[in-house]
This record gives sequence, structure tokens and C-alpha cells, in this order.
Amino acid sequence: MRHFEDFAVGQRLALAPFHVTAKEITAFAAEFGSLPGEFDPAADGALPAASGWHGCAIFMAMMCRAWLCEAEFLGSPGVDKVRWQRPIQAGDRLGGFSEVIALRPSKSRPELGIISFRHSVTNAAGDIVLSLDNPAMVARRPMTANGPAAGADDRAAAS
Amino acid sequence: MKFFDDIAIGDVTEFGSHTFTAEAIKRFARTYDPQPFHIDEAAAAASLFGALTASGWHTMAVMMKLIAAAGGPLPAGAADGADCARLGPSPGFDDLRWLRPVFAGGTLTYRATVTGKRESRSRPGWGVVSSRFEAHEATGEKAMDVIVHDLVELQSKVV
Repeated sequence: MRHFEDFAVGQRLALAPFHVTAKEITAFAAEFGSLPGEFDPAADGALPAASGWHGCAIFMAMMCRAWLCEAEFLGSPGVDKVRWQRPIQAGDRLGGFSEVIALRPSKSRPELGIISFRHSVTNAAGDIVLSLDNPAMVARRPMTANGPAAGADDRAAAS
Repeated sequence: MKFFDDIAIGDVTEFGSHTFTAEAIKRFARTYDPQPFHIDEAAAAASLFGALTASGWHTMAVMMKLIAAAGGPLPAGAADGADCARLGPSPGFDDLRWLRPVFAGGTLTYRATVTGKRESRSRPGWGVVSSRFEAHEATGEKAMDVIVHDLVELQSKVV
């Protein structure tokens, strides 16, 4: 499992690829609705577009599948800034990355560190469709008197 | 919805309530946020939260559902139906905070307060209205807080 110590400023973690289908957009809109202004019909033609909040959920899935669910992730207090930069449409093949902007150990909770990410979701043309600035809490590697203890993966590799 | 020119800072809109069932929490999370504390009761019991909690993105998707049911994110106008302000694509949101975990069976009540407005520089005839959306638990404690920016027509074209 990836701990706080395994991240570095400037590091880029790829998001998992995600193929957006009309069926998925329709299913999300059927359960959670959509807002009339979320995409510009004149600009977008007849292709169904995902709502902005659906886009955020898709981003979360891309991050979980790529790396977040494999890290000692302890949750996030929220998201500082999100920009819906371009529509996400049926047929889009999305990619992107999470970049480490800053990191610091928590002063109040020595067992974890705070990592500031800038996430960018891109379409096949390489345009950013969605960007998110987001701090996350990640567990630090457990300490021993001699420094950081070996992680579970390290122990497994040594045995 | 009211037009930009008719919206005042401090206007409040109530969007109603939604109860998060364990089944819906797990179904959303299996697709979009498969962290153990969102998809499995036993794993959630062993996590920091101590019980199954809704994905933060699930609470935002539900907000969209309630907004769509209300006819839009901005204050309702007296002439809605006959002369309703159109919504444009939202630029995004800022300062989203998930303040408390939302457990299975929990009910959130959503409301918005207009906090700012400015005319759009890039889209003549349109303005950006910023609103603080909040979700409160049945106990009155705040679970979520976010500033959302919405693009809306400045004024009616009906003479």
C-alpha cells in the first residue's frame, strides 16, 4: 500500500482510462436528473453530455481504479476548486492524471499527512475537460524507534 | 428561475430532503467510489468512520437531483413557466467541504443562499451568480458546504 512517504511534489499519477457511454449518461441522469444549462446544445450537437456532477463522479472512479484504492487513503475534507472546462460527451475516452502540488505532515494528527493534488481529466484530443484542486489525508508509514517501519508490502517481499 | 437582474444577494432557496439508504449508498459507490467504507458494512465498521457512509460525490449527485426537481439552482421567479430565466453551463464550484460523514439512513436537507453576482465578461447578456449550498442533517448539524457558480440570463426578453 502506498503511504504519505511514497508521494513527492511534482509526481504525476495517471488516472484510469474511462469510456463514457450514452447508456451511462442516461442512467445517471435518470437517477439524479440534469440541469438544462449544463451543456450548450448548439455547440454540442445531438450527443448526450454528462452533467457536471456526473463528471465529478466519473473522475472519482478513474482515481479509485488507478491508485486511490491502493493507497492508505484516509479521506478528504473536500475540494477547493473545480472547473467544468469542456463538456464530457457520450463516446469520450477520458484519461488524465493527479499531480502532487504540495505535501506536509499533519501537525495535529501525526499518523497522517496532507497531500494537495491538482487533478486533470482529459479527452482523447488532450483537452482538459475537468480540473479539481483537492487536499487528501494519507496515512504515514508507521514509525519504530529506528525510523519508519517496513510496510506490509515490504514485509511480504522479504518473506 | 429569476433572471440575474432580479436576484438579490441573501436570497434563500430550499431544495428539500433526501434519505440515503444503505442499498443506494453501496450501489453508487460500487460504480463511482469503491472505497471499502462506502461499499461494505463490515469493512466500514473497521474503518475510521465505524459504519457505512455515503460517498461525498453521492451527496452532491443528490443535490443535483433536488435542484432539477426544483426547476433550477437559483431562486424561483413569479413568472416561472411563462418567462423563466435560462441557465448556461456552470463554470464550476469552490470550497466544497464534507464536514461530517453521512451514514446509512441519514437524511440531508439542502438549501442555497446567494452570496455574489457579477456580469459575465465572456458572454454578453449573461451573469454569474454564486451561491452557498449547504446540507444539514436531521439533527441540525451541517454535513456539506460549497460555493457553486451558475450562469444565468441577465434579464427577460419578454417586453
